[in-house]
Formats: sequence, C-alpha cells, structure tokens
Amino acid sequence: MSSTRRADAPASPLRAPLLFAAVALLYVLEGTLSNAWFSGSWNSALTILNMGLISAVTALGVNMIWGYGGLFNAGVVGFLALGGLAPVLIATPAVPGAWAAGGPRVLLALAAGLGALALAAAVARRTPPVWRVPAAAVVVLAGYVLFRAVLDPAVAAIESNNPAKAGNIGGLGLPVLLSWPVGALFAAAAAWAVGKVALGLRSDYLAIATLGIGEIIIAVLKNEGWLARGVLNMTGVPRPVPYELDLQADPAFVARAAGWGMDVATASGIWVKLCYAGLFVVVLVALIALSELALRSPWGRMMRAIRDNEIAASAMGKDVTRRHLQLFVIGSAVIGLAGAMMITLDGLMAPGGYNPLRYTFLIWVMVIVGGSGNNWGAVLGALLIWFLWIKAEVWGPAAMALLTAPLPDGPIRTHLIDSAPQMRFIAMGAVLLLVLRFAPRGLLPER
Amino acid sequence: MDLLNALVAILNFVVIPASAYGAQLALGALGVTLIYGILRFSNFAHGDTMAFGTGITILLTWGLQALGISLGPLPSALLALPLAIALTAVLVLVTDRLVYRHYRRVKAAPIVVVMASVGVMFVMNGLTRLLIGVDEIQFADGARFVVSVPQFKAMTGLDEGLALRTTQAITLVLTAAAVWALFAFLNRTRSGKAMRAYADNEDLALLSGIDPERVVRLTWIIATALAVTAGVLYGLDKSFKAFNYFQILLPIFAAAIVGGLGNPLGAVAGGFVIAFSEVALTYPWKKIAEYLGFEPASLLQLLSTEYKFAVSFVILIVVLLVKPTGLFRGKSY
Repeated sequence: MSSTRRADAPASPLRAPLLFAAVALLYVLEGTLSNAWFSGSWNSALTILNMGLISAVTALGVNMIWGYGGLFNAGVVGFLALGGLAPVLIATPAVPGAWAAGGPRVLLALAAGLGALALAAAVARRTPPVWRVPAAAVVVLAGYVLFRAVLDPAVAAIESNNPAKAGNIGGLGLPVLLSWPVGALFAAAAAWAVGKVALGLRSDYLAIATLGIGEIIIAVLKNEGWLARGVLNMTGVPRPVPYELDLQADPAFVARAAGWGMDVATASGIWVKLCYAGLFVVVLVALIALSELALRSPWGRMMRAIRDNEIAASAMGKDVTRRHLQLFVIGSAVIGLAGAMMITLDGLMAPGGYNPLRYTFLIWVMVIVGGSGNNWGAVLGALLIWFLWIKAEVWGPAAMALLTAPLPDGPIRTHLIDSAPQMRFIAMGAVLLLVLRFAPRGLLPER
Repeated sequence: MDLLNALVAILNFVVIPASAYGAQLALGALGVTLIYGILRFSNFAHGDTMAFGTGITILLTWGLQALGISLGPLPSALLALPLAIALTAVLVLVTDRLVYRHYRRVKAAPIVVVMASVGVMFVMNGLTRLLIGVDEIQFADGARFVVSVPQFKAMTGLDEGLALRTTQAITLVLTAAAVWALFAFLNRTRSGKAMRAYADNEDLALLSGIDPERVVRLTWIIATALAVTAGVLYGLDKSFKAFNYFQILLPIFAAAIVGGLGNPLGAVAGGFVIAFSEVALTYPWKKIAEYLGFEPASLLQLLSTEYKFAVSFVILIVVLLVKPTGLFRGKSY
C-alpha cells in the first residue's frame, strides 16, 4: 500500500532465491526426515505441496486485487467455491434423466431472473428519480415471482430423479481441464456483479459486500441439491491424471517402481501427486508470466499510478472505478480458477468444508506475509504459510506437551494439549499482525 | 376469517422473535458504528469479540452454578456479564495498545487498519477456541418462559398459542436500558460530548483540548460492553457456537450501514430493519393466510431459512445502490 511504502534500500537480489530455497528445504525435510517434526513421507510432502500450489494461485488472485488495486476481497472463499462448481458441472458424467426432468426449465428460470435484474437496471436508468426505486422494485419483485415459479417445479423434478445416488443436474462429461477456465468465468461473473455495486464507494463497503456474497455462495452450494448435491457432497469428479489403482495394475509402472526401489502403492501415490504438481506449476508459471507482462505494460503502469494516488490518476483522466472493477474481476477469476483446480485435486465437492477462516483469511495472511504487490512474494507466502498451517496441527500439541512437561498429569495439562491445535489460529493472527506492523512490505517487497 | 388468531400468530412467529433478534443486532451494530465513528474503520474482529466475551460469560456462569449461586428465574449469565465485560474490555484495550495505536499514529489508510482487525479476529477466534472449544453450548438457566403456549391458550381461550421466552424478554429490557444509557451518556455527559465532537471533527476536537487517547479508550470500552451484552443475549436466546458469531458479522455490518455508518440511532433502527426483514421473508405465511380465509397452495415462504443471510446482503446492496450514506445519513467518506 502507498501509505506503508518507504524509500529504503532495494532488497538484495539474492533475497528471493534464498527464501524460496529455504521454503523448498522445508518440503524436502518433510519428505526425507522422519522424526517428531517431520513425517519423512514424500506422499505427505507432496500432498502439502499440491494444496500449497493451489493456495499460491489463490494468493496470486488476491494479490492482484490487493497488491495492485488496494481492494479488500473478504469473500475469497465464495469465489473459490464458485470456481469449484465448474468441474462438477463440466466434467462429471451426465445423470440419466436429469436434464429431461428440468434442465431447460432451470436455464429458463435463471434467464428470467437475470433478465429481470437487467430490466430493473434499465428501468431505473430511464425513469425520473422519484419513480426510480419503486419502479425497479416492482420489476425485481415480478422477476423473482416468475423465477421461483419456473425454478421450483424444475428443481423438485431434478431432485426426485434417483435421489439416493444423484438428484443433481449432472455434468457435461467434458475433459476436466476444460472446467478450469470455466471456473474462472463463474467467479469473474460474480465479481463483476458485486464490484459493479460496491466499488466506487468507500473502501470497506467492498469488503463487507464480498463477505456477504461469500457466505451466500456457500449457502447456495449447501442447499441447492440439484446443482451439486449440496451437503450430500459430489464425489467422483474426474481426474486429469491417472488413478493409483490403474497404475498399480499396469505392469510397465510396476516394473518402473521396482526400478526406483519403492513399493508400488507408495510409488503410484507419489507419481499421481507429481502429475498434479506438474499441472499446477504450469498454471502458476503461466499466471505469473502473464501478470508480470501486464504490469510492465502501459496498463500496469496505470494500475500502479491509480493505487499510489487515486486523485492524481483520476485528474489525469483515468476512470478509477472502472479500472478497479477490471482488476477485481481479473483477480477473482484467478481465485475461481484455483477453486476449480482444488476440486479437481480432491475429486470431491464438499460445500461444508468451505470455512472462511481457512479459505479467505488464511489466504490473506499468505499475501501479506509474502509481500503485497509482488507475485513471487504471494507464491512464497502461500507455500510457506500453508506448510506451517498444516504442520502446526502436529507441532502444536508436541510443543505444548514439551512446555507443560513440568505440570503434573491432570485435567489442565490434558486440556492444554488437546486444545493446542487451536493455537494455530492465534499463531497466524500474530504472524499477520507482526508482519503488518514491522514489515508491511512482506518477505519479498515489491520492487 | 379469524383476525385475532392471525394477529397472535404474527406476534408469536414474527414480531417477538424478530424484536429479540433485532435488539441483539442493534447492540452489535452500535459497537461497530461507534468504532467506525471514532476510529474510522470497519472492525472485522467485532464478531469474535462477541464470541470471546460470551465464552468468558459461560465459564463464569459455570463457576456460579458450581457455587450454587443463581438469580432465581433469571439466567445466571446476567450475574456473570459485568465481570465478563470487564475482562473482555481489558483484552480489547491491550489489543488497542499493541495493534491499533500504531496505525493511528502513522495515520494509515483505513483498509490497512481493517486488515489489522482481521489479524485480531484470528487471535480472538483462537483464544475463544482455546477457552471453550467449537461445540454448541446451551447456557441459559432459570425459568424458560414468561408466558408459555398452554398458559396463553388457557388465559385467552384462543386456538393459536403465544410464547414469550425469558431470554427474549430479557433481551428487550436489557437492550432498551443499554440504548437509553448510551444515548444519555453521549448527549449529557462531558465524556460523551467529547466522543461526539471527536467523531465529528478530529482536528477541532484536538484544538479544544480533548484527549484523543481517552476518547479512543472510552470507545473501546463502550463498544466491548455492547458487544459482549449482544453476544450473551444472542447466546442465551439461541445457543453459543463460536462460528455463528463470525456469521452474524454480516447482518451486523448490514444493520450499521443501513442506518448509516457512524450514526448510533441509525444502528439501532438498522438492526430492527434487518431482523424484521429476515424473519418476515423466511417465515411461512401459510398459517396466517388460512386464518384470514385464504387457501394457499404453497407455504408462502419467500425464502428458505438457509438463505437468511441473503436478506441482509440484499438490503445492504439496495442501500449501497440507492443511498450509500444509509437511512440516517452516516459518514459517506
């Protein structure tokens, strides 16, 4: 942020490589050392790494919004979940009978609802100020009644279609990688709608509005069973990489595993995770390359000019609100992409698991710690904080047991050790506050 | 056509629950709006302050129960409330000293302070989890009802029952008292006037010799007292679950913005606007329509209860579109 920028000496050019090497060392230790601190399992290290890479993509999106726009998106979890809907709708196999039961009617209802909103906006623009609010309200109300009248029977029909196993609209059965850009589009559409309303007002209005849209998207995913089975969870989202069981049955792979000197089960797990990691790294590198190119272009200079001094930029004829909206939509699209990647990795859509502390505010910690405004910083912060977040669950109780060793065994000591995993919330909050206070530019400051 | 029964049903299912909920939101929104008015940022840690204070209250309540002390028909939590407020206020003041004071000194952008409040939220959330865990806890004791359904039916001879729970009655009485006390403080006392002056124009207030740090401390203490009271009343009325206190942040912010951020009267009005809209839109009106002589085919429920947060959100959006300063003209900058 402009207010925290200081004209201190540029950081050493070795700083970034050294910090990345240190984080890489953590992952290597997790893979090799087997003691109280590290598991010594490459499977575990790669599991953390894969989720860390997805967090890095999310953090890149948040960094675009915050680092280059100074905008606060408090609903990251919602955009992530919305992106996660794409693999379910695009890649899962079609549910027999579901589309015939109510597919066209659902589309019609959604079109009617969106049409009513667009009509209300048009009406509000054309009518004199006195009538603006009532006229728009009448249109919206009529649109809502129409929407529910078309949607409700369609939803009932879809949900009663094989409710034990399906009850959802089903997917298109297309390749799952295709769903990643679609997830980005979903999130971008939601971001456009929120940004259109909340941008251009005071800065915290966007934060509060996004907090709201985040919770609503999660509520929709939980309760609209026809969409992705709601709280019943959607399993069996197809994978872009081979399945472990297929690998274990493949003689060529078994021979290769023997050549590596590993048992087949471990080798197949590691191989699958490496495939995922490869895919994620490609996406991550492409995103960083694109955004670095964009930032070095005239567009990027304009964005930084707006962030550093909105008033001066608008005096130069830049439409600040419009640019902010653009940035907010692009950043949210990246978050949606990460959401689609996450569902692809898990093979499971479980809306109950979207916790805002974990998926919104932890991402914020990653961005702030890594260095707001620096793409590499966001990636570094994501990989580091995610690793610590996962390991703190193990380290917390171990550390607490060590700390409370002088205490006699009893209810107090048991309670302290049992609740030690909760300590990571305190630790993350403390890290955020310390970095924000003493090193507001993060580990890798923006150049 | 049965007007009387319809009225009783509306009272029982809409007016009473919405009033209690609205009062709880109003207390929460008052805290948010005061902090916004004086410290000029949206406090994301407010929900977790409520949760932390409620957690302390529950621990103290258990202590009281173990000692055999009770308030008779009233919940013992009320006895624990003042001490819980004091303890939470100490924590909040320490937070201000360690975190927020720095950003006041460097005159940081409001959004940076919001970010700091997210850090505080994490810490408070962790403390609450450490203190009392994440499970749902019922801590209301004493009499359950002021008027119960069978009593009401026997009293009036109507088919439709009406219940007024003790917790709802306490919520309304305590909120009225708290709001009265707050407005008396803001309008009549020297310190209250200093607070309003500071909120109005910081520089002029400084020139007139008002100590800004004292104003800030007072604000934190009052906001914490309101937050913990709101949290305890909400917990008594429903139940205590740490995550619900994070979720209630949205209706509270919406209430504060609807009323106009920084405007205490607006926060109270906003709380009730949000609560009544939420309850009215998620209540199935079928029964009442039947009393009025209609034969509706559906439940006449505009929105299922899972989407109650959508109500606050939509109201928020409408206010942002139509009148960003809120109903009572808050600060628009």
